Amino acid sequence: MSTSASALKLEGVHKSFGSVEVLRGVDLDVGEHEVVCLIGASGSGKSTLLRCVNLLERINAGRIFLRGEEITRRDVDVNAVRRRIGIVFQAFNLFPHMTVLRNVTLATTRVLGKPRAEAEAEATALLERFGLADKRAEYPDRLSGGQQQRVAIVRALAMQPELMLLDEVTSALDPELVAEVLSVIRELADAGMTMVIATHEMSFARDTANRICFLDAGRILEQGPAEEIFTHPREPRTQQFLERIIAAGRL
Amino acid sequence: MSADAETGRGDRRSRILGDLRGARNIGIAVTSTVVFFAVIVVVIVTSAGWPEVRKAFFDRKLFSDSFPEIAHAFLLNIRIFCIAEALILVFALAIAVLRGLPGPVLFPFRLLAVLYTDLFRGIPTILVIYILGFGAPALQLSGVPNSPLFWGVTALVLVYSAYVAEVYRAGIESVHPSQEAAARSLGLTRGQTLRYVIVPQAVRRVIPPLLNDFIGLQKDSALVALIGPIEAFRQSQIDVAATFNYTPYMATALLFILLTIPLARLTDWLIARDRRRQSGGGGR
Amino acid sequence: MRPKTILLLAATALLAIVAAGCGGSSKKSAAPKSSGCSVDQLNLVHKGQLTIGTDNPAFPPWFGGTPPKGSMWKVSDPNSGQGFESAVAYAVAGKLGFKKSAVHWVVVPFEQSFKPGSKSFDFDVNQVSFTPARAKAVDFSDSYYNVNQALIGLKGTPITSAKTSADVKQYKLGVQIGTTSYAYVTKNIKPSKQPSVYNTSSDVNSGLKAHQIDGIVVDLPTAFYITAVQLPQATIVGQFPTVGTPEHFGMVLAEGNSLTSCVDKALASLKSAGTLAKIQQEWLSNKASAPVLK
Repeated sequence: MSTSASALKLEGVHKSFGSVEVLRGVDLDVGEHEVVCLIGASGSGKSTLLRCVNLLERINAGRIFLRGEEITRRDVDVNAVRRRIGIVFQAFNLFPHMTVLRNVTLATTRVLGKPRAEAEAEATALLERFGLADKRAEYPDRLSGGQQQRVAIVRALAMQPELMLLDEVTSALDPELVAEVLSVIRELADAGMTMVIATHEMSFARDTANRICFLDAGRILEQGPAEEIFTHPREPRTQQFLERIIAAGRL
Repeated sequence: MSADAETGRGDRRSRILGDLRGARNIGIAVTSTVVFFAVIVVVIVTSAGWPEVRKAFFDRKLFSDSFPEIAHAFLLNIRIFCIAEALILVFALAIAVLRGLPGPVLFPFRLLAVLYTDLFRGIPTILVIYILGFGAPALQLSGVPNSPLFWGVTALVLVYSAYVAEVYRAGIESVHPSQEAAARSLGLTRGQTLRYVIVPQAVRRVIPPLLNDFIGLQKDSALVALIGPIEAFRQSQIDVAATFNYTPYMATALLFILLTIPLARLTDWLIARDRRRQSGGGGR
Repeated sequence: MRPKTILLLAATALLAIVAAGCGGSSKKSAAPKSSGCSVDQLNLVHKGQLTIGTDNPAFPPWFGGTPPKGSMWKVSDPNSGQGFESAVAYAVAGKLGFKKSAVHWVVVPFEQSFKPGSKSFDFDVNQVSFTPARAKAVDFSDSYYNVNQALIGLKGTPITSAKTSADVKQYKLGVQIGTTSYAYVTKNIKPSKQPSVYNTSSDVNSGLKAHQIDGIVVDLPTAFYITAVQLPQATIVGQFPTVGTPEHFGMVLAEGNSLTSCVDKALASLKSAGTLAKIQQEWLSNKASAPVLK
């Protein structure tokens, strides 16, 4: 059963696409204010896992709990669940036909029903906190990739979610733009936001995560505190993966 | 990124006029153009039947005599296609949205949308106008208008909405699925996602084919004449029949061309203006 | 020179060339001269046969007889010699020296009868009214029938009680394209509502049936056919008086065709012999009895 401080819990989650089983029984328990980083090779199921949590994908077996409440039951209000979870993808996040400000306020006005002026004031404050206030009247294509991803994070934050999911948000960025995004994420972690982060950025994961989960072939093969995983991985597959990462100079 | 806008303009210019750097290249382009058209004109003008054709198609006096009445009748065409287009843009969007509704419960609506587009893209427009224009009033249903203009416009709306619905559908499907994912993830409902995120982007993407269909509609406004109203083409046909001379048709052709050219340039301008807003972008 | 200037000059040059191509009417092309009207001297499209054109379907009372199976002709068969125009055509052919077997009929849609270039027929007989404007583009034979316009309305509708042309002004009238009915309506009747114009006579009938028009204006003989056969639910309200020079039907020939004078000679001889009147009596006799709308 759920612990009192469990923010997110996955029990035996299976997910297949057609005949291909991507998630083969994932068990995960994320506590309040915890930062969990998912690492693993491409195709290991990281993105799928995150998309299952916010119900973009329907799982084939298992259960998912958000703060003790089962969100995978048949009669759940999907839109209500998604309001409580913020997610940022690798690319194509922002709505290109709206200004930055409108991107941020669309959901707070239409979904939360806030009056326009209030929503805009809150959005501007949030953008200012992350150094993007001067861009609020711009269209996304005028922003750098790093700025776009930061706005995407702000947009998710504006909904005041209980949980943030970040799906390789820096993987598509030019290297010099990665740092500004990572610093935003770090700031959120310091402020106590519960987060599950899929990432390739190993140094970042090492510094910021409370726990690392290594995903391999649709299961969490190994998990533990960052130091432990990176210096003394138990599983051979984990070791192989980390060796490759080190060899590629990414750690 | 203002450099992008500049490059955009420069790109467009060079696409139409070619690489025209240097006075020498311009001189060559001009000369070859003049020679090309001069050859065509000379071949036509020196052909054996030219005097007869010129008399039958390009009679100056008849042109200026028939033009005012034809231009006045053209106002009816304008009324027809403006009203029709407004209705088409809305109705076709409804059909396209219907087509995309998910889930087994809504299958009948999807089926309806498919049948509709198949039916009205299949039947020739002329037949639809005849069937509705003469057939519907003959049913003598109470409350149903009898006016040929009403049925003519209705027929055009039904037919063109089928084509435009497919254009919208292509636009909707071309929007990156992550856009829908991002919108739904924020808690927006399916309807809100369509309305605020998908459709606005979809429409911007299909402006060229939309305007293309509009230009086609303008010509098809002449078909309403089949069931009685005198629009520009019919008016010119009356003059042609009265004089046994085809010059009035040239007047009608000219009016349609004068209408189409600004619209084509408007399309170009709209595309260029929206190019700024197109890229949703990953990292740059 | 600046690019814009060069382009402007080129455009001007082009316009000049094109303008030189357009212009007013040119002089008539020279017609082949022929000294007489004997069969071998006639200017024919196909030597040895007389090619006559008319539209398809061919309607009574202008054409009669049932088209044989597999024939391209609909409603009536011009080859039968029955019907007013068929009879007149064969009579003229006879006068020109052609046996019935030497006469060939071709389908000529109305709009093709006056297109420029060589014709596919020697003459076209299709209830075409002579007008001076039309005569600039083609040759017309002399009259073979004087036409009056008539008004048709559905039985039981208000238009059927009209007694004068003025009574008719308030109604929505319909005509077929290409007939001089449209000109008669706009010049002489001058209704308050713009008339509806249709492509074919069937369409005009459909317009009446659908109550989209109140009355049809069409030549009197055709009016009899419509009310007798096509629209039995309609009746002839009356015939319109002749205004100015009476309208007449003429055969259409290529402009400047030497055959025209020969056809006129044939028609004149038919008139003086009373043959034309007899043909009219046979095919259009009862067609004169409709009240005149003053």
